[in-house]
Amino acid sequence: MPAHPHDSPLDGQRVVLDDRDISRALTRISHEILERNKGAGDLVLLGIPSRGVPLAKRIAERIASVEGYDVPVGSLDVTMYRDDLRMKPARALLPTEIPPGGIDGRTVVLVDDVLFSGRTIRAALDALNDIGRPQAVRLAVLVDRGHRELPIRADFVGKNLPTSLVERVKVTLAGIDETDAVTIQGIGTGGGAA
Amino acid sequence: MKRHLLSAADLSRDDAELVLTTAAELRELADRPIKKLPALRGRTVVNLFFEDSTRTRISFEAAAKRLSADVINFAAKGSSLSKGESLKDTALTLEAMGADAVVVRHGASGAPHRLAHSGWVRSSVVNAGDGTHEHPTQALLDAFTMTRHLGGHLDGRRIVIVGDVLHSRVARSNALLLDTLGAEVTLVAPPTLLPVGVESWPVETSYDLDGVLPKADAVMMLRVQRERMNGGFFPTAREYSRRYGLDGRRMATLQDHTIVMHPGPMVRGMEITADVADSDRSVIVEQVTNGVAVRMAVLYLLLGGSEPAVGGEE
Amino acid sequence: MSNYLITNVSVLGGTPTDLLLSGGVVADPADAPADAEVVDATGLVALPGLVDLHTHLREPGREDAETVETGTQAAAMGGFTAVHAMANTEPVADTAGVVEQVWRLGREAGYCDVFPVGAVTVGIAGERLAELGAMADSAARVRVFSDDGRCVSDAVLMRRALEYVKAFDGVVAQHAQEPRLTEDAQMNEGELSGRLGLAGWPAVAEEAIIARDVLLAEHVGSRLHVCHVSTAGSVELIRWAKGKGVDVTAEACPHHLLLTDDLAATYDPVYKVNPPLRTAADAEALRAGLADGTIDIVATDHAPHPHEDKDCEWAAAAFGMLGLETALSVVQQTMVDTGLLDWAGVAERMSYAPARIGRVSDRHGRPVAVGEPANLVLYDPSARRTVDPAETASLSRNTPYRGMELPGRVVATFLRGQATVLDGKLQ
Repeated sequence: MPAHPHDSPLDGQRVVLDDRDISRALTRISHEILERNKGAGDLVLLGIPSRGVPLAKRIAERIASVEGYDVPVGSLDVTMYRDDLRMKPARALLPTEIPPGGIDGRTVVLVDDVLFSGRTIRAALDALNDIGRPQAVRLAVLVDRGHRELPIRADFVGKNLPTSLVERVKVTLAGIDETDAVTIQGIGTGGGAA
Repeated sequence: MKRHLLSAADLSRDDAELVLTTAAELRELADRPIKKLPALRGRTVVNLFFEDSTRTRISFEAAAKRLSADVINFAAKGSSLSKGESLKDTALTLEAMGADAVVVRHGASGAPHRLAHSGWVRSSVVNAGDGTHEHPTQALLDAFTMTRHLGGHLDGRRIVIVGDVLHSRVARSNALLLDTLGAEVTLVAPPTLLPVGVESWPVETSYDLDGVLPKADAVMMLRVQRERMNGGFFPTAREYSRRYGLDGRRMATLQDHTIVMHPGPMVRGMEITADVADSDRSVIVEQVTNGVAVRMAVLYLLLGGSEPAVGGEE
Repeated sequence: MSNYLITNVSVLGGTPTDLLLSGGVVADPADAPADAEVVDATGLVALPGLVDLHTHLREPGREDAETVETGTQAAAMGGFTAVHAMANTEPVADTAGVVEQVWRLGREAGYCDVFPVGAVTVGIAGERLAELGAMADSAARVRVFSDDGRCVSDAVLMRRALEYVKAFDGVVAQHAQEPRLTEDAQMNEGELSGRLGLAGWPAVAEEAIIARDVLLAEHVGSRLHVCHVSTAGSVELIRWAKGKGVDVTAEACPHHLLLTDDLAATYDPVYKVNPPLRTAADAEALRAGLADGTIDIVATDHAPHPHEDKDCEWAAAAFGMLGLETALSVVQQTMVDTGLLDWAGVAERMSYAPARIGRVSDRHGRPVAVGEPANLVLYDPSARRTVDPAETASLSRNTPYRGMELPGRVVATFLRGQATVLDGKLQ
């Protein structure tokens, strides 16, 4: 991400989705997944750590309440597949948990918090390739902030959020963070941003 | 910048725990259809073995290959000690091949240290066992194995290491690493096989195996070479086994959860009897499996990023 | 033959005076001829030319490490005018032929006098006595006999050697190292050797031999010299033996006075030496022993090795370190600057006493006084220098002081009135 030293780190942050917005967005995504997939039968939800994982679990809960069926949920760490691996010190790995049934022949829905350059998703597709051969791979994201650098798009989007490159989109989720919220802030205020 | 793993002392507690948690993730790879990750694609790892050790070499080779590194095995038969090619010339050759990491096993204590600090090579150096000095990845895999069996951490766990501590690089590395991880280590050996100055190590020592076994959470038996008898370190193999060997009778005095370990290769009937080695308590085969995961973690953390995440000194 | 008028020089640290070197002897400066070369020695100390009882010149056999010529050049640069060349060459200096060859090479080189040491046993194999008498009677006039590098460990053989050399006023210089206790030994045995996984060389292996040898020397009424004493226990034993009247002398090496075993933690074999670097307490005891005369002399154990024998793993590396060019500086740092010795004390321990032990005090180790042979060194104790192996006159580079700052500098060395070193440069 390009640095803009002239931006004040004290730029105010504004909440673009609060907990109720997030809840509604996830409910809608859950329904869209079911509609698109014509049921929950062969679905596998894989969250991309760290915040993609609780999102995947929440979607699974909603699908269960609608369909009465527990969709397998797992996590997929893409650290070793990242194209910027060599640009930073070696990073700790995050959990990869593939549900017992595997992914072969299933429809895998990758779940992440923010879709930005698309590079994380490219890494995730490579990682999936080493684990099995799904029937189809879909992508669900809570926020699509644009600025794609690869030909990748999301199938299910909680909210399209036009942003400037100098802004940071921060997703917090209860369980990992204190509250559910999506905020936009200026450079330098840190946090689990993308 | 840190870039070598020469001694278990190079690892801070944070470093060691990062290796162990990374290894835990990588351990799962063994259960996947494609046991390969792309992290070290384009990196070259050289296994430079001046001593025969098929199991350690294979373990490092599997680890490097599973991370997609290119692996060159360099079995330098006959070290410079026996007038073969010198360590330096070998190192210069490897440097010319563009090695990113050199995994070195050598009969001379300090040879990896020399390789890392002499300016002969620029690559990362991983000590795969040097003389009677250290074998840090063995200690990491032992700690990893213990952690999995002893409740996820080693704080306050009592680890008993039995045998030829004097000549054991495994014991040295384990004593250092287990102390770093909060375990309480007791070394048990006849006095002739304990090093001078052991009282300054972060361990307890004992000559009485029966006295320490009932409190142990893990018992690690070290290999005892029969050649040591010729050096007069102990009178006979039989007397050694009787005083310091782990047999069924002694195993019965262990707590229910206590595990039995051995870095291999075992001398069955000497330091460990067959029934103990093959018992449910024995995690000896698992140690081998864990060895690959731990070595993957070390290679990944040293080579995977722009700079190493663990390890010792420049 | 040129004459040198040395002005304003402090002999043994005394009041500045002038010295005339003329006709190979020290002469009255009042007689200085008009064409005498004047050496302004303001601020410099004059010492008698240093005498090393323990030098490895490596020739014949290892001319890749050192030759008599380069070794004596290094000696001159260090302020020495005489060195005793150890016998462990290839072939071993165990016959009149070899010792005469070394002696002749020394004369030809001309940088300092070379007194060959003869081997005690044939091939320093420790099995049977070499022809000690033939070496004593040769042109080389050998008086010091040593298997240095190896210990004469057989008690009977040692007894016979001690007895036999009495016939020609010789001395056996023992390398005290019990061989069984030091098999494969790599460094001082202690906490560090255990941690580094390097086989230990215990102090007792040195002390046990010294204890035996002083008792043997007493028993047969012979003269014994102990090479490179390295432990506090050895100092104690020698002090005890001297107290009993045993005719024993002992040497300490500069590296044992200054350096300690923790350097082995680098695994850099430049610090590998035999006997090994010991603990700080041992170094302290050596300094005290040297100060009180228990240890008679400083000897360098100058041991050149080619690069490849040090540029390798520790266990594969050769034992030994350079010493000639740094000895006086190390003695200044450890003994003079600490107040343990004055310059007269240094002259005793680095010139007079070694010449007496080697039985060359008719020519060397003489006072700096009118009528005496003009063997002397001019030394600047106020200089400081950082040791650069590339600057050594020795053919080898294995100095353990590499990169260290040491005090003092040899400005000039004169051998029989001729400058071998002048203005810090080899002549």
